[in-house]
Amino acid sequence: MPLTTLDEKPKKPQDVETTHPMEKYLRPDRLPHIWCSGCGLGTALNAYCHALDDEGFGLDDFAVVSGIGCTGRVAGYVASDSYHTTHGRAIPFATGLKLANPEMNVTVFSGDGDLFSIGGNHFIHAARRNVDLSVICVNNYTYGMTGGQVGPTTPKTARATTAPYGNFERPFNLPNLAASAGAVYVARWTSLHVRRMKKAFQKILTKKGFTFVEVISPCPTGFGRKNGQGEALDELKSYKERSVIRDGADPTKVDIKMDPDSDIVVGTFVDKEKSTYSEVKEQQLAGKV
Amino acid sequence: MKVDQEEEVKSWATDKGYIHIRKEYCKGCGSCIEFCPRDVLEESGDLNKKGYRPPVPTAPEECVNCGLCERVCPDFAIWVSEKPEDELRYDS
Ligand SMILES: Cc1ncc(C[n+]2csc(CCOP(=O)(O)OP(=O)(O)O)c2C)c(N)n1
Ligand code: SF4
Ligand code: SF4
Ligand code: SF4
Ligand SMILES: [Mg+2]
Repeated sequence: MPLTTLDEKPKKPQDVETTHPMEKYLRPDRLPHIWCSGCGLGTALNAYCHALDDEGFGLDDFAVVSGIGCTGRVAGYVASDSYHTTHGRAIPFATGLKLANPEMNVTVFSGDGDLFSIGGNHFIHAARRNVDLSVICVNNYTYGMTGGQVGPTTPKTARATTAPYGNFERPFNLPNLAASAGAVYVARWTSLHVRRMKKAFQKILTKKGFTFVEVISPCPTGFGRKNGQGEALDELKSYKERSVIRDGADPTKVDIKMDPDSDIVVGTFVDKEKSTYSEVKEQQLAGKV
Repeated sequence: MKVDQEEEVKSWATDKGYIHIRKEYCKGCGSCIEFCPRDVLEESGDLNKKGYRPPVPTAPEECVNCGLCERVCPDFAIWVSEKPEDELRYDS
């Protein structure tokens, strides 16, 4: 069947968009990005850009802070003020940024290893203080950038560079960790849930307090291949099979297992109101300084 | 790799608008092809410079402009746009 391409049937150039609509939030000189074929990081960034767009954010309205890792590269691709911190330090940097410039909307975009291994303490304390930050963790169950070692979210029995016989450790259940440390919003989606993930990003961009979205995402290079999960597309298809949307589910019951027949519970688990660190500070200092 | 955008982006007219593909950005993951609800896209017979096969709209008339291909693409290589108002009026 002959294709109707614009080459054959030219239209007035102003009628046709020739740039990706999300390119306005990205640094075009740094594209194409370095992430592997099918890596969910690009999909998560895409959804984040669409969330910014739907909320009408301009480049001066938000900042993105990342740590180290493949996910950490996000900060280098967004066109707003952004900062690629040292390993594990995205949250303390972002906290400083937020407290110094309360008008700025600050997103932390980083990996499971960065946020929950080396940066784990910062995460729980920022959540405990209810610092007004939007935290996105792309959980690919491993340290993708360094070749796929066991990390704090690697499921028990999964194979990794450092676990040739399968992982002996029990992983963190991130929504449960975030909820018990005090986060006011906690959601989990997979990178296949493109629209729901975008909605969750819109929510954390507009909701005050420490808000958290976990994005389960394929790392075919560092994790998938070692674990017989095939290419990224196979993993996305498995998300379609395994995901069960359960809004309001008890976060203590949303562990992820290696068993390919087990459910991946997704949804919004926590959405509550609580005064932020800055609000409490203002309140307690009122009339005193 | 910096490429001239005008040359690199190819657009296909559909009933509702356009599908745009920037083939040098594509890493051939196949997500757009797999998850398009209308089976509009197929893998191209040609390789791009990186050695991947970008998608090609083999049934553009089936496209409903839902934008799912744009959302599932990790590489910002495919997107859709709506037909401008005046063109829609002209068509009908
Ligand atoms: C202080 C320090 N220790 C260790 C490293 C090596 N390192 C780089 S990235 C990384 C893990 C990243 O894992 P994650 O945050 O899950 O990111 P991913 O690559 O999976 O997206 C480690 C341990 C480092 N860069 N700095
Ligand atoms: S190593 Fe894994 S996380 Fe890193 S870019 Fe490749 S697929 Fe993505
Ligand atoms: S816009 Fe929707 S129907 Fe059209 S090609 Fe993309 S996914 Fe398919
Ligand atoms: S989703 Fe994007 S990168 Fe993957 S095959 Fe389609 S155009 Fe290429
Ligand atoms: Mg990781």
